[in-house]
Order: sequence, then structure tokens, then C-alpha cells
Amino acid sequence: MAGLNKVVSSYEEALTGLSDHMTIMVGGFGLCGIPEGLINQMVKMGVKGLTAISNNAGVDDFGLGLLLKHRQISTMIASYVGENATFEQQMLSGELNVILTPQGTLAEKIRAGGAGIPAFFTATGYGTPVADGKETREIKGRHYVLEESLTADFALVRAWKADTMGNLVFRKTAANFNPMMATAGKITVVEAEFIVEPGELDPDHIHTPGIYVDRVIQGKFEKRIEQRTVKAAK
Amino acid sequence: MALSREQLAQRVAKELQDGYYVNLGIGIPTLVANYIPEGMEVMLQSENGLLGMGEFPTEETIDPDLINAGKQTVTAVKGASFFSSAESFAMIRGGHVDLTVLGAFEVDVNGSIASWMIPGKLIKGMGGAMDLVAGAENIIVTMMHADKYGNSKLLPVCELPLTGYGCIKRVVTDLAFIEIKDGAFHLLERAPGVSVEEIVSKTAGKLIVPDHVPEMVF
Repeated sequence: MAGLNKVVSSYEEALTGLSDHMTIMVGGFGLCGIPEGLINQMVKMGVKGLTAISNNAGVDDFGLGLLLKHRQISTMIASYVGENATFEQQMLSGELNVILTPQGTLAEKIRAGGAGIPAFFTATGYGTPVADGKETREIKGRHYVLEESLTADFALVRAWKADTMGNLVFRKTAANFNPMMATAGKITVVEAEFIVEPGELDPDHIHTPGIYVDRVIQGKFEKRIEQRTVKAAK
Repeated sequence: MALSREQLAQRVAKELQDGYYVNLGIGIPTLVANYIPEGMEVMLQSENGLLGMGEFPTEETIDPDLINAGKQTVTAVKGASFFSSAESFAMIRGGHVDLTVLGAFEVDVNGSIASWMIPGKLIKGMGGAMDLVAGAENIIVTMMHADKYGNSKLLPVCELPLTGYGCIKRVVTDLAFIEIKDGAFHLLERAPGVSVEEIVSKTAGKLIVPDHVPEMVF
């Protein structure tokens, strides 16, 4: 690496420093927009006792589901875990500590974490189990819950295009949690479908400025579809 | 006759207005998209980061990077936009979505809703439902009036863990259209052929019944 060139040439290099008991953020919604190669590399490394922050937990044999299968995650912070049987079984047995978090609150916790905001008030979850043990406050006649922000040792992000300086562009609904997570990692690693030279991305169209990004790796993606739905051909 | 899922969606669709931005939950709410009146312009928001959701793709146009909140492959309409989850929930929490339609296990006379967890049985997570009910001013809940044993799901107080407290004002069930205000359910309409007596017998929470209860019109 030299100067602002953040491109690394191997998955080993991309995740150097990631070790047991760290907190990791992993982008994606369902299987859409997940950093597939970085997840596979964590499986290969065998890191254990991870706290994983991700909207979902993948499916049994793909995405974060692979880390669960190998019992590498001890705490999971997510909003929806419905499609993963391994997950449910580990949660019910108490093997896995799960902090279910409303999706919008999760997104905002990460956004706030990356933006240096330690906590915020939201009406989401007031009067529900999500508010248990949390400070609440009435502001202008409405009740709010104090939610603390989230950061991570490593944020693992998938982008469509990255330039070598780490400027990022996401594609369609594969953006989801990736832009916020890119801002909230002590080390942010981006797995990109395409890596281009600085200047090739229009500065007006960059979603995530390179200042947030530490490493960029050229990815290879299967892009598995969770719910393949099509209309009848005419 | 109790409403079919399609009829339920059809009745909800009558509440749409031209120019609305609408978030439709998974299940019956999704079907509402099939009954948007001809000539009406409505933008569908999908909380995973899409405003302007279109129909399902063909085998040729399917794109793994374009899904809805139910993780189904979809398309985007002309004028659509994509954005992050934080931006998506800024729209929702900030009250910018005109109408939210979602399902529920239970609602109660105070407008509380339970829809995400059955202790010991079902733990899937709340997804975006808690944000949606907290953020939207205009919410319609679609649900079955009673379970298969005839036990009411419209209760004095929700028994399951809540999704939101005191936030629901309108409910369309397979039997009735109900408004929630002043600590009671108010019967506005009944499904065609369904008697007021049946609705009364299947509503556990306090129910106000006016002298005349019209049948739903589709």
C-alpha cells in the first residue's frame, strides 16, 4: 500500500488484524449486498467469539449462516433472523446471545456511530420489550427511547464500484446497510465488484467518500437469490 | 362470508389516494399493490432501500441486486430511487410515508399492536415493523379477526410482546373495518353477509356498534 491507494491483493491481507472476540459489521439485507468473499475468509481464518452486527444472519449454508454453522459468532445484533434454522436453534439453546433490534434503529445506531453521535432518542420500540432497561424521555408530548450508537473493530462492506482511493458507489438495493457500516468500522474493508482508477467515478455520484475506507479488494460474487420471484412471461 | 385475502387487500386499496407514498408489509398487505385503482399514481416504498417498487421481473430481467423487503426479486418503476437503510428509515420515522399497511397477531383498544414474536414458538425478529408503526401517522392493520378456534385477536390488552404502543387507528379484518379511538374499537363496516352479532362475539375488546353498520363496498 502506498499513499491513498487502498487496494489489497488477497483476502488474507484484507482481513489482517481481525481476531477472536472482535466486533464486526457485515453489510447486506438478506443475501443481497453481502461481502461474500470476506465472509468466506472469516470462515477460513476460524476466528471465534465474534460479535456480529448485520441486519440478517444469512441462510444456513450461505452468508453469515456459515459463521453460525461453525459457531464463530457468540453475539448477534440483527433485526430479522427468520430464514435461518441454525440461528434459531443456537438462540433457543442459549449458545448464541441475540440482540434483536428494530431495523431503522439498527441503521441509525450505525449511522450515528460512524458520525460520532453516542446515542439518540427514537419513538421506535417505546412500550415494547426493546425499551426494557433503557432510558426514556417525553419530548413535546411524545415518548422516546434512548438508543446507543454502534461501531465495530471491522466493517465489512460490499460495493459495486470502488476506486483505488476507496470512493464507493453502491448498486440498487445492494446498498442497504453498506453505506453506514462503511463509516462505522475502525477498519473498513470493501469488497468491490469493480475497482477503477481515481477520476473514473463522477465525484457528484459517489455514495461513500474514500475517507471512511481502509482497504479495498476485488471481489468475486455468486449473488445467490433468496426468493426468486418472476412474473409469467407474456 | 368472511373476506378472502384478496378481498381484504381490495378493501384496503380503497383507502389509497392519488400521489400517495405507501409502504406495504409482507403477506396480505403486499396484495394491495394488485388493486391500485386505474389512473391513480402511487409510489411503493420498500424499506430495504427502494422507492418506486414495480412488479416481479421476468427470467430475463431478474437482478439479484434488486429485491424488496420480503427478499423477493422485483423491478423498479420509472422515477424510482435507491438509498441506504438509514435514509429509508428517515423517510419512515420522519413521517414522510403517507400510508403504511401491515399485518398483526393482535391489536387492542388502546391501539397497541403485537406482530413480531410468540414467546417459545416464533422468534424471527421485528424487522422494520417497530419503526413503521412508530413513524407513520396513517397505518392500516390487516389481520384475521379471530384465530381458527374463534378466539378474538382484537383484545382489551395485547397479550403478546408489543410491536408498538398506542399507534394503530384503523384495522381491516376478514370480518370488519374498525376504527380505534377513545379506548375502544368502533365498528365502521362489516364484510358482506357477516352479521353484527358475529363481529360482536369475536371481538374481545370493548366494541362500539352504531345503529347502522354498512356492508363493505369494493
